[in-house]
Amino acid sequence: MTAEPTATHNDPAAAVLRRAHALVADYGMAPVKSWKDQHKGALAVGHLPIYTPRVLLEAIGVLPVAIYGAGDKDIIRGDSYFQSYICHIPRSTIELGLTGMLDSLDGMIFPAICDVIRNLSGMWQMLFPQKWAAYLDLPQNFRPEVGGRFYKLELKRMARELHERGAQALTDEGLRAAIKDENLRRAALDKLAALRRDASWRVPASEAYLVTRAGGAISAREHAALVEEFVAAANKRTGQLKDNVRVVMVGSFCEQPPFGLIKSLERAGCDIVSDDLQLGLDYMEGMIDEKDDPLDAVVNAFLYQGKATASRYIGEGTKGAALLEQVKRAKADGVIFAAASFCDPALLDQPMLEAACEGAGVPFTSFKYAENTGQFQVIREQAGAFSDAVRLWESAA
Amino acid sequence: MSLVNITPKKGDGKSIKAGAGPSEGSAITVPVTKDASQQRQKRMIANHFDKLSTAKEDGKKVAYTFVPGNLTELMGAFEMLPVLPEINALQSGMRGKSGAYISEAERGGHSEDVCSYVKCDIGMLRSGNVGPTGKTLPSPDLLLLSYTGCFTFMKWFELLKAEYNCPVVMLHVPYQADGIITPEMRQYVIDQLKSDVIPQMEQITGKKLNLDKLAEQLARSRRAEDALVKVWESAKNRPSPIDGYFGGVYYIGPIFSAFRGSEDAVAYYEELLAEVNDRIKTGEGPMTPAGVMSNQKYRLVVEGPPSWTHFNEFWNMFSNEGAIAVASTYTRVGGLYDQGFRHDPQDPLGTLADYCLGCYTNRSLPSRIDLLEKYIKSYSADGFLINSVKSCNSFSAGQLMILRELEKRTGVPGAFVESDLVDPRYFGKANIENRLQSYLQMLEARRNGNIAASGSSPVVIGSAP
Ligand code: SF4
Ligand code: SF4
Repeated sequence: MTAEPTATHNDPAAAVLRRAHALVADYGMAPVKSWKDQHKGALAVGHLPIYTPRVLLEAIGVLPVAIYGAGDKDIIRGDSYFQSYICHIPRSTIELGLTGMLDSLDGMIFPAICDVIRNLSGMWQMLFPQKWAAYLDLPQNFRPEVGGRFYKLELKRMARELHERGAQALTDEGLRAAIKDENLRRAALDKLAALRRDASWRVPASEAYLVTRAGGAISAREHAALVEEFVAAANKRTGQLKDNVRVVMVGSFCEQPPFGLIKSLERAGCDIVSDDLQLGLDYMEGMIDEKDDPLDAVVNAFLYQGKATASRYIGEGTKGAALLEQVKRAKADGVIFAAASFCDPALLDQPMLEAACEGAGVPFTSFKYAENTGQFQVIREQAGAFSDAVRLWESAA
Repeated sequence: MSLVNITPKKGDGKSIKAGAGPSEGSAITVPVTKDASQQRQKRMIANHFDKLSTAKEDGKKVAYTFVPGNLTELMGAFEMLPVLPEINALQSGMRGKSGAYISEAERGGHSEDVCSYVKCDIGMLRSGNVGPTGKTLPSPDLLLLSYTGCFTFMKWFELLKAEYNCPVVMLHVPYQADGIITPEMRQYVIDQLKSDVIPQMEQITGKKLNLDKLAEQLARSRRAEDALVKVWESAKNRPSPIDGYFGGVYYIGPIFSAFRGSEDAVAYYEELLAEVNDRIKTGEGPMTPAGVMSNQKYRLVVEGPPSWTHFNEFWNMFSNEGAIAVASTYTRVGGLYDQGFRHDPQDPLGTLADYCLGCYTNRSLPSRIDLLEKYIKSYSADGFLINSVKSCNSFSAGQLMILRELEKRTGVPGAFVESDLVDPRYFGKANIENRLQSYLQMLEARRNGNIAASGSSPVVIGSAP
């Protein structure tokens, strides 16, 4: 993530975008260091992409830090840990660890997303034995008395282990306060989503991405304020509706595409009006219940409000239905499947999602990337051809 | 069912030096006949596929499921017939059909980056779903998603669900991330058996679960498991009477698939053990595709699945050089009996949970390394080989760290080759063969004192062409 935001000084959102950019620079470690300076003795814990119960960490005074690999940083040592046919993010994450970039973290959480992240958790235990490392097994059984019970025990275990390392004890009061803050973030992200949906010319996807990702290493409350500020500023923009095609982008929930790739898609005439790029920060549909027992509320939010994604079992649900709903809600013209090379969850999911699109007459295109992809010309041409085809198709329809 | 169909060379009853192929100094002798246990296994498989082919007429219910964490005894208690798509895929690989099946799936939009078992299965389905014995497989009445040790399983059955109009039941087995099974993990699996898996099976078969029947199955599993462990441990002998990898996949056939819990499985393992014991007495080695291998120069431990499309060629690369696999982790994917686990008829659901939780690929990377270290030491191995398959992130992610860590801990050098399970495009025969030979030469030089005892071993990479 290196590209600076391109907003001009006259742009009402310029200042907030600059702040967002500063938050994601340095792999998100700059805000961690300053937070630790201000909170002496408090813990900061990293987590790999996809859902992690950040709310629980905040409740015990721990700063959750989303780790998204190392983008286009040169990989020197990390490559010797993985074969060429394994995606890029585990090697770049190891690189960050071995080069001391993650030293300000006191631990790491590896949420259940795929076998690579799963095995990486064991590698981390061996490479950094002095640091806390936890694999978080998210339940695939969504009955509260079965999967819910298991998940609740997992959350308690995590809180207990962190408490033993210096975090505050988990209390109902602490968790309630954290849920309130998380709901502020939820509300702000919903506003951002609505703005993208209703006035996409005011919010390029690259900016929405930046502002969302900026929440990776700050508290939910601060992030909510940042997003609100951005939405308010973007609403003041006097842009014009462009003749772009509206697309939903899916499959990029873990290893992140280069920032330049998102910009290239925009330049190719695609307004990305919805995506799963930052699913980990935006995993829930709706608010976490503030009246329920707080731990039950966190568990139930996962069980009942988690968004459909490749690493989540959908039981008797219909594969692709959630994507079609997303397309409808975003009033999108088509779908771009963008998956990291060798990403099992995304690539195994894709044929089923494509079939759903085909069945519903939703046009789509697909490509793969790596976080360190440097050339976007081919993808840009492909996206350009796709947007032209969609426009033609629409004018013919 | 047999994981592999070994086709031994026909002999005339005499032991002779094998002809072209084995390098000078090897002592491959041509076998006399197929072992009785092999013939028994063949009959068991044929019988099982016959039953499958008439399952619908016979009113038998069919469950598709996976090898790791398979609930064979539970299915047996309901008289359901299991089909294991992984085994169909590897059989397709053995029969030279997987390349076409994979192409078929890729033409249909499946990525070249993902597990070739899944694509092979999808391709086979689209090509008529003809099983390894040439008979059409029945469609499933239930997709029993034993979600143990592999993320791809979930996607695989979601894909199959789109093809078949039948229920799926998920059994989520938590990962042993810290190398232990906690009471919470165990309870979670038991809860799912009670709340989801058993009720679903009861509904499909129209029968209530008979716990006595389940316990009988589990007791028979235990007997078969006892015998299998003795078979594995026989490789501590010199010469080893078994090959614990290539031959081993043949031995695990019945216990990892449709037969655990059956009288047939008990008979098979007791017969196999008797044959192995006979070979120990006569100092005879195991049968390989090229013949009986008694002169064993290198004892290796192997990590990772085999390349099914080139199974015999890969095996020959070992046996031609006098290398024998004394233990392997792939043969533990369906259960780590040699580490003490036995099915327990006294605690039917608890034991099923323990079984699912304990499979090899459900173990953390550090515990996998501990296990390999233990094998290298207890089987007095000269070296170890990692066959890293492109398809399988569950096995492969982290194997380079396994390599380094094992070398560090044991002082034994390792070799690392890359190939694939059933995608023939990723088996670079000449490359792998050259690298394996260089590795064995290095072991030889080391044995003769020409290379330092540890810390200087080369990492051997045999990548795809
Ligand atoms: S990019 Fe995909 S395969 Fe790689 S770690 Fe992330 S989810 Fe797993
Ligand atoms: S990824 Fe590995 S364990 Fe999973 S289905 Fe494929 S080969 Fe089997």
